[in-house]
Amino acid sequence: MSTILLTIDDRKVHGESGETILSVARQHGIPIPTLCQLQGASTFGGCRLCLVEVEGIAHPVSACNTPIKAGQRVTTQSPALRADRQMVLELLFAERNHYCAVCVQNGDCELQSAAAQAGMDHVRCPYLSPSLPVDASHAQYVLDHNRCILCMRCVRVCAEVEGAHTWQMAGRGIEARLVADNGVPWGESTTCTSCGKCVHLCPTGALYRKGASVAEMQKKRGFLLRILEGRELGRTGEEPTDDFLVPTVEIRS
Amino acid sequence: MSRTITVDPVTRIEGHAKITIHLDEAGHVRDAQFHVTEFRGFEQFCVGRSVWEMPGITARICGICPVSHLMASAKAGDMILGVEPPPAGTKLRRLMNWAQIVQSHALSFFHLSAPDLLLGMDSEPAQRNIFGLLTAHPDIARDGIRLRQFGQDVIRMLGKKSVHPAWAVPGGVRRPLAAGEPETIADRVPEMLSITERALDLVRDVNARYANEAERYGDFPSLFLGLVTPEGGLEHYDGRLRVMDQDGNLLEPGLSPDRYREVIGEATEPWSYLKFPYYRPMGYPEGIYRVGPLARLNICDFAGTPRADRELAAFRALAPNGAPVTGSFYYHYARLIEILFALERIEQLTADPDLISPHVRAHADVNQTVGIGVSEAPRGTLFHEYHVDENGVLQQVNLLIATGQNNLPMNRTVGQIAQHYVKGDRLTEGMLNRVEHGIRAFDPCLSCSTHALGQMPIHVQLRDATGQLLDEARRD
Repeated sequence: MSTILLTIDDRKVHGESGETILSVARQHGIPIPTLCQLQGASTFGGCRLCLVEVEGIAHPVSACNTPIKAGQRVTTQSPALRADRQMVLELLFAERNHYCAVCVQNGDCELQSAAAQAGMDHVRCPYLSPSLPVDASHAQYVLDHNRCILCMRCVRVCAEVEGAHTWQMAGRGIEARLVADNGVPWGESTTCTSCGKCVHLCPTGALYRKGASVAEMQKKRGFLLRILEGRELGRTGEEPTDDFLVPTVEIRS
Repeated sequence: MSRTITVDPVTRIEGHAKITIHLDEAGHVRDAQFHVTEFRGFEQFCVGRSVWEMPGITARICGICPVSHLMASAKAGDMILGVEPPPAGTKLRRLMNWAQIVQSHALSFFHLSAPDLLLGMDSEPAQRNIFGLLTAHPDIARDGIRLRQFGQDVIRMLGKKSVHPAWAVPGGVRRPLAAGEPETIADRVPEMLSITERALDLVRDVNARYANEAERYGDFPSLFLGLVTPEGGLEHYDGRLRVMDQDGNLLEPGLSPDRYREVIGEATEPWSYLKFPYYRPMGYPEGIYRVGPLARLNICDFAGTPRADRELAAFRALAPNGAPVTGSFYYHYARLIEILFALERIEQLTADPDLISPHVRAHADVNQTVGIGVSEAPRGTLFHEYHVDENGVLQQVNLLIATGQNNLPMNRTVGQIAQHYVKGDRLTEGMLNRVEHGIRAFDPCLSCSTHALGQMPIHVQLRDATGQLLDEARRD
């Protein structure tokens, strides 16, 4: 393990070899927005919200899965990055049916919060408005595909922490859908332990508690690191942080 | 030559509509139609959502009466869960519903209709609005704003916001009032009662002044439909469905509201997005009925509060003994009496310790696949009917909105006023405003009422240059 020196936003910072730009930036209090990233689970790198510029690389790279290098010069804020992140968010909003006003997660949603923080005030591409089902077959929870952003957090936490492997991704590209037990209604899953980890770590209202009404769903995001303390995170000495807390966004209604 | 006059848009109503008046060769009114030109489609896009979300979604139908949809939807949800909310939940819902009656009726009377009634049907149109009223009668305008504010404040206290609160849920409500809040509400009621009494004085003058015109502003025999308490009293939240004919006979003395489809049919016309409900046993359009304040005061045996009962007696004197009041102009008067009633009920309820009880919500899974919720919206009886699968996902939605049920009466009113006031050889803005006012008397909310998709009948005719019919297609 060797210490690596690099520059992020004109600040001299250091990290250990093998660490990612996102991890080092967070340790130094430099904010980079994320959605799919989940501390305590493996890296996915799918949402592209954490794009940063690295000197010498022609296109922006995702901070969550790019390892640091000695002498690297990283920029986390620029007009081009802001435009890219806004576009990433707009595409997410356009792809499925996100109606904050009547969503169970309104006011406590990581997608909503990311959009507000990025200054996204409208969507420039046409909404696809797909017709998607709601799977309410589980006794305690509901899966609403309309609000799923395919971040894979549920898939990862179910496999890596609970060990149940209930969730998979089926289909490709825009046809990708979250499925339980390779494609049965969630309520018929024989692997699901109903532990609720996926529900509480889902960044949007795609997974929620049955019976919740508009803006009533409050997710408990802190539990994962408490579970993992004493396991890998404990060994590396990394302190659990409150990265999971969604910055409060004032919802105008 | 026959001519058509179009009033587009109709102003000072909630939603978008136009009126067409058809004149014959001699310039006399042959026919008049009230067209609702906006389309919302909630019945369609609620399919696939879960029943617990429905109150929050359907409240978004309307910014004026979100509470009415909230109540009907939550009650449909109660039925699907197979539960009755705890007593505190029901009382809190009633409180919000009465606050809704106060604020919406105040809006209709003071903001939308008083400019016509107090400034005059023929007054300068640029001044004939709430701002003109503020200039000419600042006290009255301020009264109206205060009264509406009170209703909105009570709604906000309960639901944390005054527009679109997602507070009532299947099984009850989300939270009770905080300690001290019932007293805060009660403290303000006396001022609101005074405002309402002043407005009633005003409307008695208006009734006297417009006595001749009232006969032409939609005065016709029709049925009346609405809810009453099991004892026959004035009711806005629950109860039995009653239908009365023009002579005061009870055709349906106390039907269970979930059997509404047995007595209400819905017809469509190609020229409006608004459906035309009718009393099924009498057929369409003979089964024309009215809902709303006028209907509720006609069908109930008594109000149930002292001031409202006194005023109800005066209201009843407008019609021959035992017969219902048939003039649509008296919707305004009925609206104020209902405000009085709602304020008295709110005052009584604020003394109830249940309002701060934490037991406000029953929890259950889906136990029935059909839920029918009914409430009295400010504009009339509101039905939400949901069909769900075993998981509570909506398969079919039917919303029967108060304004829709007044569609036939509004059309008849427009026709009656046009026939009396519109002459093809001399047209004035004031004449057309009278026609519009006939609509305003019903306080229609068009945004609420146009939700069905794929049911519009279409009739297409292919004609050649000489008018010869070549082909014809029809979908009913």
